[in-house]
Amino acid sequence: MNQIAKHAPSIEKGKLRRARLAQARQRSKFNRKLVTPEGAELTLKLASAGQRAGAFIADWIIIVILFVAILFGVSETSKGIGQNGEQIAGALAMLLIFILRNFYFIFFEIGRRAATPGKRLVGLRVASRNGGQLTANAILARNFVREVEVFVPLGFLLQAMISGGGVNGWISLSGLIWSGLFLFLPAMNKDKLRLGDIVAGTWVITAPKIKLLRDITKSRDQSGDAAARFAFTAKQLDTYGIHELHVLENVLRKSSPDVKASVADRIRVKISWTRQPGESDIEFLREYYAGLRRNLEQKLLLGQRKADKFDKGK
Amino acid sequence: MTELLKSYRFREEREANWHKLDQIINKAEKSGVKALSDEDMLALPRLYRQAVSSLTLARSISLDQNVVSYLETLCTKSYLFVYGTRSNFGERIAHFFAHDWPETVRAAWKPTLLSAGCMFGGALLAFILCMIDMDWFWTFNSSITGDRTPDATTAYLESTLYSDATDAGGMLSAFSAELFSNNSGVALFSFALGFMFGVPTALLIIYNGVLLGAFYAVFWSRGLGYELTGWLLIHGVTELFAIILAGAAGFMIGGSVAFPGQKSRMASAQAAGRSAATIAIGAVIMLFFAALLEGFGRQLINNDEVRYGIAVTSLVLWMGYFYLPRSDGRAR
Repeated sequence: MNQIAKHAPSIEKGKLRRARLAQARQRSKFNRKLVTPEGAELTLKLASAGQRAGAFIADWIIIVILFVAILFGVSETSKGIGQNGEQIAGALAMLLIFILRNFYFIFFEIGRRAATPGKRLVGLRVASRNGGQLTANAILARNFVREVEVFVPLGFLLQAMISGGGVNGWISLSGLIWSGLFLFLPAMNKDKLRLGDIVAGTWVITAPKIKLLRDITKSRDQSGDAAARFAFTAKQLDTYGIHELHVLENVLRKSSPDVKASVADRIRVKISWTRQPGESDIEFLREYYAGLRRNLEQKLLLGQRKADKFDKGK
Repeated sequence: MTELLKSYRFREEREANWHKLDQIINKAEKSGVKALSDEDMLALPRLYRQAVSSLTLARSISLDQNVVSYLETLCTKSYLFVYGTRSNFGERIAHFFAHDWPETVRAAWKPTLLSAGCMFGGALLAFILCMIDMDWFWTFNSSITGDRTPDATTAYLESTLYSDATDAGGMLSAFSAELFSNNSGVALFSFALGFMFGVPTALLIIYNGVLLGAFYAVFWSRGLGYELTGWLLIHGVTELFAIILAGAAGFMIGGSVAFPGQKSRMASAQAAGRSAATIAIGAVIMLFFAALLEGFGRQLINNDEVRYGIAVTSLVLWMGYFYLPRSDGRAR
């Protein structure tokens, strides 16, 4: 009886750990290795179908806003000129809208950032699948195919709405379903490619903006005083692994003081650390982070990678 | 004095160079390679290699997540810049017109012939059927021909071929802009539908030919063949050529998917896709010229001989541009 009660929490923890590892595996499915000519391995992270849909919607919102702005601008300026001016302005607007619809994506993706404003907003960019140069041809191809992916289903949708019931309605509906399949192609293959990507040999990868933040160990009290006060034992530093270190890093960088306090308390309990008079939570967490990182990095140099607190090594 | 972490010292020694690289790449992405000073240009490859080696090292010695992910994004960004697109927009456009476009079109002569066969075959079939029995016209009928049907009078049909230049002005430009977007839709569709083994492309091109043939038959039966040819070909040489090429682009993709040979279907489609895209964008450009000729040239020029002259000139120009052998084809 006593035995079971003692083991129950560890079973629970085992489950959590497996769930976490499964999640990490799921995430790593989006990673692709690219070996640069220098022999270094870069990890490219593919954009998820959701991110790409988000970018696409953002781009269309921008396009529609531009459409409206152009139409408004043209109608305002043409008022003064009269009949002939109105016609010329109308033709100009048609031309601008045509160019916008066909070349908006191409213009931005051919540019140096290889991303439309929508993609940049979400943090994505287009890259060549073979790691080589992203050619203008590839950009053209991937964007022309969009005609089929987006406008064919839209056409069928309009037809289905107009024709209502009857045979025509059914034809339009089946056309809509069939062509709609291509719209959801990115969700259905492992590289998240849409038809245009397949034809052009491109894919869409994430290009997050990450700032180099201050090293946490830098902001510590640099005098020997802190080191003396926080003399962790080897056992205390062996309690956690790399996963916990990274969690602690995130806590120190992002969390609110409340969270920091509760995390500090949990660590104190876990490593049986008695709180000293005048010891603040932040100070404790920083010192423990520094100690833990030093310990784990030393092990890393010796080829031991302690993945998490359950990892006892071999 | 607390002893500093090894990984921290590692970072401290290299940090300045990472920031420098980041700055250079950001500047280049924002305002182009030309915005970089000579000093930056010289520093870039060295800084890039340093960053890449820092990344490899950081992975094996540092457990600071932020440092590793920062280096990861920095290196990816730099890699894509250093090995990615280096030529600027203008150079690419120039290269496209001088080499990419004509060379790709020349290489694709087989699908071009197939596409032309589809179009003219469809036109011939519809023409013959309509000449035998004009009722066929109603089978092929499309809104494109408007009221220029077999029911219209000969005088009316003739009047549609010539226009007074008086109602020009704004109407013309609107007209050309409209046609521009309509035709380029057809061209893009026949390209983009190609991956379904080229079948929809063939149907689209044949249908275009059928419409043309039926339309022709109506005028031919009234003895207006010569006049219609001038009316049609002044821009038609360019326009039909563009649609044929767009169809050829579709066939290239279709063929590559249907008969991939040694490659996988995906790799094969990809190989054909890029050159097909070049042909398709070329077709859109041709349609732009066609719309200009249609909107302005045809409305302003009402003389049959001049129309024929323009038609023949445009044919010679396009043929020469695409198919004349050139010695400096592989200059770059």
